[in-house]
Amino acid sequence: MKSVAVIGSGVAGLSCAYYLLKAGYKVRIITASHCPDEQCCSWWAGGMLAPYCEQESAEPLVETLGLESMAFWQQFAAQHQLSYQAHGSLVVAAPRDQSLLRQFSEQTQGASWLDNEQISGLEPDLGHFSRALWFENEAHLEPRAVVLSLWQACQSAGATIETDRRLSLSEIEGLKGEVDWVLDCRGLSARDLMPDLRGVKGEMLHLHCPEVELSRPVRLLHPRHPIYLVPRPDNVFMLGATMLEVNSSKRASVRSMLELLSAAYALNPAFAEAQIIEIGVDARPAFNDNLPKVRVNDNCLSVNGLYRHGFLAAPAVARRVVDFINSGKLCDEVFDANHS
Amino acid sequence: MNMKTTEANNQAAQAKNKAKNKTKTKEGSGKALEFYGQKLESRLLLGTAQYPSPQVLLEAIEQSKTQIITVSVRRESGSSQDGQQFWQLLKQSNCKILPNTAGCHSAKEAITTAMMARELFDTPWIKLEVIGNDDTLQPDVFGLVEAATELCQQGFKVFPYTTDDLVVGEKLLAAGCEVLMPWGAPIGSGRGLQNPKALESYRHYFPDTSLVIDAGIGLPSQAAQAMELGYDAVLLNTAVARAGNPVAMAQAFDQAINAGRSAYLSQPIEPRDMARPSTPVAGTPFWLS
Repeated sequence: MKSVAVIGSGVAGLSCAYYLLKAGYKVRIITASHCPDEQCCSWWAGGMLAPYCEQESAEPLVETLGLESMAFWQQFAAQHQLSYQAHGSLVVAAPRDQSLLRQFSEQTQGASWLDNEQISGLEPDLGHFSRALWFENEAHLEPRAVVLSLWQACQSAGATIETDRRLSLSEIEGLKGEVDWVLDCRGLSARDLMPDLRGVKGEMLHLHCPEVELSRPVRLLHPRHPIYLVPRPDNVFMLGATMLEVNSSKRASVRSMLELLSAAYALNPAFAEAQIIEIGVDARPAFNDNLPKVRVNDNCLSVNGLYRHGFLAAPAVARRVVDFINSGKLCDEVFDANHS
Repeated sequence: MNMKTTEANNQAAQAKNKAKNKTKTKEGSGKALEFYGQKLESRLLLGTAQYPSPQVLLEAIEQSKTQIITVSVRRESGSSQDGQQFWQLLKQSNCKILPNTAGCHSAKEAITTAMMARELFDTPWIKLEVIGNDDTLQPDVFGLVEAATELCQQGFKVFPYTTDDLVVGEKLLAAGCEVLMPWGAPIGSGRGLQNPKALESYRHYFPDTSLVIDAGIGLPSQAAQAMELGYDAVLLNTAVARAGNPVAMAQAFDQAINAGRSAYLSQPIEPRDMARPSTPVAGTPFWLS
């Protein structure tokens, strides 16, 4: 049985481990985390599966990977009693920003226009918006529950998980001699090997607001800070996320919180009475084109640059990685020829 | 550099035309663009925010042929050196970097940010924004003059983002600014020149100052209009960054700005209230019809 060491336990590492175990490999997961925790940016993700909305700013590859990943998550959620909400997503804008909404519809596909009555039908608490774009075929999940479930699924499939271990470069080098393949899924920590990897800082909040009910993610367009709200169980809402060209930062700024909270208030003034449960900050790993990349060095594959598309892209990228390990088949879309 | 500019061509054409004394171009206006002693060929200044990815940004910069890019400095990122990677990337473009104080609401904030920017980018150039209204992002001209005065004294080369108010412009010049950047419309609105008459007066009022239209441009035709009014350059960001195809739009702006500049130099005809036939029709008393 061939052996693979996966370094990192974010959604990228765990998706790869999961696919490898399914394909019959002996898998070791080595992670700096103690359990699925706040050390990786998957913890702070929105969990929106929005391959159509993302077309507004992302390359077409994101849609391809996203549609494939959605099919994976739907099946995975069904097998592990996880919530997979396929209610689509809504995009709205303030009355004077309607031009942004039209532009958004021109730069994406798969949406239909809703009028006030139709919006109220779907989301009564957004009844004050006169128009919205509805991306019917999008979905959302709960990132923390999913990561925990993937972690447990890997364990029960026979993976060993070595926690609280942050590997040095020489340890990674040593690991290459111990196993058939090493998968480097360390996210931004892998900047030591990939200087072209950069961090894009994101800030988010969890709010508890008993007065508001939403069943699907909502994006509020704004010329400077577009913001989204993802419903979680029990009237909890994830409000995200800023995008700043900053490599790392553990603190949220007042400015960002003002932007985020103002957007929530604009969506529904009842958010003024919400309680702030949590403020989260992390940096997403990204390459210059904001697309995921797999690079091959000897028997080490680095899987990185998932940017803000961790849950949207990870399973599809993982499948391509395992195909490569199985058959040597390179998938041009994600394999970075310039560095292989 | 493939900027065999219209400017250079125009200058050549001007000299040639003078000799022949047949056609005319605007006297003395063919001079090269210059900011604080730095000569430039491209008359487009491009902002670096809001692009789909850094790669698209770099391609847009290349296609726009710009030589000056503006970069927003957040005090947060500046102090921790964390934004360095993105800035390194911008340096790859070989453009001159004009840091800006976007998002500053007081003279004090803007001055602090300018100091930080000078250290980070090793340049005395600063695009000075003091925002008076967070919604429209219009300049607080009082804070602007205050900050410009202080920064010029400290040796900064200030590019102030201002309104089309002539008196404010005068005060900025008195403070030591050598470039003025009146707005066309609110930042990011893409509405074009909202008050062309005022901008025309502005041009005539400050005939020898380098003037840049900063903000509000949405379409290449609007940038061309600014150049036709005799502005020295145009600064824009959103119109390119948020276009469906930023790279192609960057190229379109380059072309439009060159076209507008050539038109300005070529002494355009004066509009009339009625059509004027280019050749009289025999037998028709056209002045009576």
